[in-house]
Amino acid sequence: MHSISEALSLALALVFSADPDLFEIVGLSLYVSLSATLLACVLGLPLGALLATTRFRGRGAALVVVNALMGLPPVVVGLFVYLYLSRSGPLGFLGLLYTPTAMIIAQTLLITPIVAALSRQVLESLDGEYAEQFQSLALSRWQRVQALVWDGRYALLTVALAGFGRAVAEVGAVIIVGGNIDHLTRVMTTAIALETSKGELALALALGIVLMTLALAVNAMVYSVRTTATKAAYA
Amino acid sequence: MRDTSMLDVSSTDVATPTGLSAIGLQFDASKAALIRGLTLHLPDSGIHCLIGPNGAGKSLTLRLLHGLLPPKAGQVFWRGVALSASDRVAQAMVFQKPVLLRRSVEANVDFVLKSRRTKDPDFRDSLLNRVGLAGRNKQPARLLSGGEQQRLALARALAIRPRVLFLDEPTASLDPNSARVIEDILCEERHHGTLCVLVTHDVGQARRLADSVAFVADGTIAEHSPADQFFRAPTSAQARDYLSDHLVL
Repeated sequence: MHSISEALSLALALVFSADPDLFEIVGLSLYVSLSATLLACVLGLPLGALLATTRFRGRGAALVVVNALMGLPPVVVGLFVYLYLSRSGPLGFLGLLYTPTAMIIAQTLLITPIVAALSRQVLESLDGEYAEQFQSLALSRWQRVQALVWDGRYALLTVALAGFGRAVAEVGAVIIVGGNIDHLTRVMTTAIALETSKGELALALALGIVLMTLALAVNAMVYSVRTTATKAAYA
Repeated sequence: MRDTSMLDVSSTDVATPTGLSAIGLQFDASKAALIRGLTLHLPDSGIHCLIGPNGAGKSLTLRLLHGLLPPKAGQVFWRGVALSASDRVAQAMVFQKPVLLRRSVEANVDFVLKSRRTKDPDFRDSLLNRVGLAGRNKQPARLLSGGEQQRLALARALAIRPRVLFLDEPTASLDPNSARVIEDILCEERHHGTLCVLVTHDVGQARRLADSVAFVADGTIAEHSPADQFFRAPTSAQARDYLSDHLVL
């Protein structure tokens, strides 16, 4: 057990010495969370666009469900994916449990509602502004959606980054479906939980520093994108 | 040069074989009748003004004519046939508050050209030149001044080479120079055979531009006459009151 200052200096040494174990964990975290973010955008953006631009019976209920799913507890998602991917589950034959793919699936399920709900808000607000002009130009629905997505691109990038932030900081789902296996499914958050429970604070703190730096970088990127777009009146 | 010899300002309830006709239009909102059996016939081309007091239903009429709103009753016809989707593709509207895309000046015009499956940078540049925005292609559209934004909105509307151009108070709150540019372009469009339907509160503008004037009051056309006749001797009491700056209640 180290004192906090001892642990902190060891952690900084790990970070600055580019410790291979540390960077393997960081690399896997980025791979899993970026993949999940990409998949969530592929699924969530069209869903958000559909909800924003279409009026259908039950739309209100669909909005309530999507908004409610934004607050999905990660452990519930982990459990759900575990049940499907475990050997006795319907998708057990795929052999995906305790692999990075299972972690990507869990994180995708977790952040798709976030991407869908936030992109719906962005696109619906833009659609309200443009609706009459688009109607006047007799645009097709596809042309409308294309224009909305392009004009909302900066806000939608912020939505994607918010999804990534949620994914990379998540621990409950990935520990259930990934199992926190060294050199295979160990990511930053699960490693922090494990190292802290073992009293090995240096690695936990080093990973915490990287995670915080990542969170700051994501927020800085969001701020920079928004500021640049606002200056050019494109946001 | 105005030619009012071909003006058909009849108020029959049958669509005319030329131009734009609205027969018995009705429109309600919150159970209140805002447009009440409005009938209007406009010829194939020229500048035709809708004037009247606030709340009379001018902008609503424009939206009904353009098909942006579905009437509760009545129908709009183009050349004697009920307005179709293909007719609408050849119509454009300039709104009082221009809604520009979050893109550059040229991208706003290109967007409309692309929506009609054409790409013609020379035509786009000629339009920007016409509205006094030559050389401003790469500027963000939303950073233009109010007058410049309205001129860009007009260029965008002209990009579809409209047969019918609706304009809802396009020069309201614009400086005289910007208003002049827009008025000049409307005169050019009249010369090219475009039908321009203009809502305006500016009686002076209607005097300068209009071939005919339809006076809208209380959700219907109180009077529709050739412009010189309308301004010389309006037949309806509401129009006479309006022109003599009296309140129309």
